[in-house]
Amino acid sequence: MSGSRRGSRVSSGVGVGGSGVGGVPVVSARARARRVARDERAERRRAGRSGFSNPANPRRSTVMTLVCALFAVYCLFPFVYLVVNATKTQADFTSTFGLGFGGSFALWDNLSLVFSYQDGIFGRWLVNTLLYVVVGAGGATLLAIMGGYALAKFRFPGRKAVFVVVIGAISVPGIALAVPQFLLFAKLGLTNTPWAMIIPSLISPFGLYLMWIFSEQAVPVELLEAARVDGAGEFRTFWQVSLPLLAPGIVTTALFTIVATWNNYFLPLIMLKDSDWYPLTIGLNQWKDQASTAGGQAIQNLVITGSMVTIIPLVIAFLLLQRYWQSGLAAGAVKE
Amino acid sequence: MVAPSVPVVRGSVVPGSVRGGRRDWRGWKFMLPFAVVFVFVFIVPIVYAVWISFFQRKMIGGTVFVGFANYARLFADAQFWDSVRRVALFTVVQVPVMLFLAAAMALALDSMKLHGSKFFRISTFLPYAVPAVVSTLIWGFVYGAKYGLVGSLNGLLGTDLDVLAPSVLLAAIGNIVTWEFTGYNMLIFYSSLSTIPHSLYEAAAIDGAGEWQIVRRIKLPELKGSLAITVIFSIIGSFQLFNEPSILQNMVPGNAVTTYYTPNMYAYNLSFSGNQSNYAAALAIVMAVITMAIAYAVQLRSMREQMK
Repeated sequence: MSGSRRGSRVSSGVGVGGSGVGGVPVVSARARARRVARDERAERRRAGRSGFSNPANPRRSTVMTLVCALFAVYCLFPFVYLVVNATKTQADFTSTFGLGFGGSFALWDNLSLVFSYQDGIFGRWLVNTLLYVVVGAGGATLLAIMGGYALAKFRFPGRKAVFVVVIGAISVPGIALAVPQFLLFAKLGLTNTPWAMIIPSLISPFGLYLMWIFSEQAVPVELLEAARVDGAGEFRTFWQVSLPLLAPGIVTTALFTIVATWNNYFLPLIMLKDSDWYPLTIGLNQWKDQASTAGGQAIQNLVITGSMVTIIPLVIAFLLLQRYWQSGLAAGAVKE
Repeated sequence: MVAPSVPVVRGSVVPGSVRGGRRDWRGWKFMLPFAVVFVFVFIVPIVYAVWISFFQRKMIGGTVFVGFANYARLFADAQFWDSVRRVALFTVVQVPVMLFLAAAMALALDSMKLHGSKFFRISTFLPYAVPAVVSTLIWGFVYGAKYGLVGSLNGLLGTDLDVLAPSVLLAAIGNIVTWEFTGYNMLIFYSSLSTIPHSLYEAAAIDGAGEWQIVRRIKLPELKGSLAITVIFSIIGSFQLFNEPSILQNMVPGNAVTTYYTPNMYAYNLSFSGNQSNYAAALAIVMAVITMAIAYAVQLRSMREQMK
């Protein structure tokens, strides 16, 4: 049995006879790791003596680290700005230095104000967003898994057409779809309901692509054939044999569809007019616009704090699931 | 376990023809749900858009068939071409800058010469998790000359910078987009680099290749493959530019962000405030054709090679 599929990125010189299809002699993984580590140490010593550079274990470069640190600062400073300014009152926000703290520490006040402003509509937006993410992104992931699996493991009539149409569809501008989508949904009486947000979210061409590439690699054909020979139906094979093998790819796809749904701005902008159905993104934008409407009260402190609350769940998800999105994308890149 | 004696080639070829030449429809069981929803939210709207683009709503007589009149009007519409020029300029400048940064960062991470490379990987990718609304809000506040960071700096240094002035506004938007998507592209590059077997580097080193030679002869050719994907997605993305300028619209003093700043904004304003859905549909179709033509011309072919 070729039971041990490696889900993670191959990080060192493994892969010498490691991924054989039929019965590779099972060496204990720990002993193997020990041996690899020992070999690497020896190799480093040898390289040090002979003066050859060793691409697997190069000397760390401080200059390069500093240059990259500049870029990391660029990437991270807006987060710092957000967190710092979430601690300021509206008065402090407009009067004190952008990256410095204000006269008073108002983070907790801001947070409670965010959730109580306009009868706590922010909480409603948060719940809406969660609904769209769970149903929309969850459904999109499921459809992408099944579709990608079909494209990878079956040669069905029309398969090429599916591929060409989906790739073509990726390059159709959002607006080309949005206007007729809106008109169509309006005719069906679906605008201004959660369905207008959920149904279009169900399709993720990128997710389909990821799952296709991933299925191709993660599910060995002979395993499927064995299940079929044993008399399992296609769906049973899918649920019990393929799905567990696809887990890392599924997490990656889910992460990307969740981000796409959570961050969607354009779709709800056109589909939803009733602020009770807004997701967070549209709600925040509406709060921001309040400052520029006639007689509107500027609430930048709430916009900033609300923005922070909006991104926290995704940032946490990305930090916790690092292993998955990295290995999943690595699998996606293999074909290219 | 005895597998049926089917020659397996690299685990990717499926013996669909095992049972003789019969056509194998089983795949549709799994493809169908995606296909049905896809037809409903993609194909039907596109067909519908093409259909309504041949009509016009008149004051008298309601909606009437006008043939290609909307398209004729579009080709003479200076505002439309203005917006197309703007996104084209944006694409030509922003996409190479972003992809260069992404590739450089990916190579740096892959070289394993960084202290704390895990930190760099996650911090470059993190902006991707931020919604366009939030990143535009943050950068909008940062840019603000009145009470933003730029304003504070101006007060501190006695300068008179205005990054939201009409002449540099596009660059300011480019910066936001670069901030949002460099990490994403970096990750695609980085993933493809990490699939290179390390034995190849070792072999190269034994043959006397230096680090730069390894980068030039092994890593850059590998990046070419993933470049296809990133270029296509980036071109498509920047031709559809909408969120950033439209959210910035009333954070920018004056009317620097016009209603026809990008083709997408123009179409949006035509159909939702101008009540000219038919004309907007024609615009959307022309943009779709332009985008697809460019994407194809650039590199779609390499993606299609997968279908062999």
